[in-house]
Amino acid sequence: MKTVISSYCVIRNHQIMVNGETVLTKEKDLPFSEFIKTAYDLNALPYLKFFKMDDLCKLAFVASEFLLKNNKLAEQYGAENVSLLFANTSSSLDTDINYYNTVKDFPSPALFVYTLPNIMLGEICIRNKIKGKTAFFIFEQFQAEFLCNYATQLIRHKKAKAVIIGWVELLNKNYDAFLCLIEETDNGIALTKQNLEKLYTT
Amino acid sequence: MDALIAKLKTQIIQQLNLEGVSPDDISPDDPLFGEGLGLDSIDALELIVLLEKNYGIKIENPADGKKIFATIRSIAEYITANGKA
Repeated sequence: MKTVISSYCVIRNHQIMVNGETVLTKEKDLPFSEFIKTAYDLNALPYLKFFKMDDLCKLAFVASEFLLKNNKLAEQYGAENVSLLFANTSSSLDTDINYYNTVKDFPSPALFVYTLPNIMLGEICIRNKIKGKTAFFIFEQFQAEFLCNYATQLIRHKKAKAVIIGWVELLNKNYDAFLCLIEETDNGIALTKQNLEKLYTT
Repeated sequence: MDALIAKLKTQIIQQLNLEGVSPDDISPDDPLFGEGLGLDSIDALELIVLLEKNYGIKIENPADGKKIFATIRSIAEYITANGKA
């Protein structure tokens, strides 16, 4: 068996692609809130907590729903054997700014809980009953080599049997999400820096 | 009291982003936490903000929260007794 990218999902420019196929395209002038709600309605099972999430978490959550659709990783590998490895550029700055704006009046507890970027990992873990290692990094841009090496090491050293790699960036209505599932199996795209970069720029 | 209960239902749905819940879905005597609407600890904090922002009520003793926020009716009764509804 090889360490491979078994599936991937890209969300950008109001378009969602799963394993290279476009599954949703909406008009560019649609507000992000409406776009992501449409995407949620299209795929996710009823999960009312979605509506309480900030935009960054909604983006990550929807991408994970498309990525994992019928894949019950926690059951397949054991909850503690599934890891999440995420990164972005702007951390949770989008929500930090929104929260800061409420501080002048009445600070919003519901916004405050999202003023950390790794909360999106928690949301995905709760949804999918994942209890494995998670890590979040901040980079100026997508770092295929780092993420590829980190995921490879997790699997090679038996710290994980499956890894979800995620680049989920959102700031000032600009967003970009790329998630991929790394597993040891015979079917998929070999996990290499080049392949990761290629899929990211799809 | 009925008017305040109706107003509270709308405010709570809005403040807590209770998507897909309409005022008619909420009985004034249903528990808000655990069963019923299934609210969580962050929702409780949002309810405290709602009372302060809309009714000028500060809950000084957190231990009172459980009783005040038990149901929509108990919130309405607390506002009637303590605020400017």
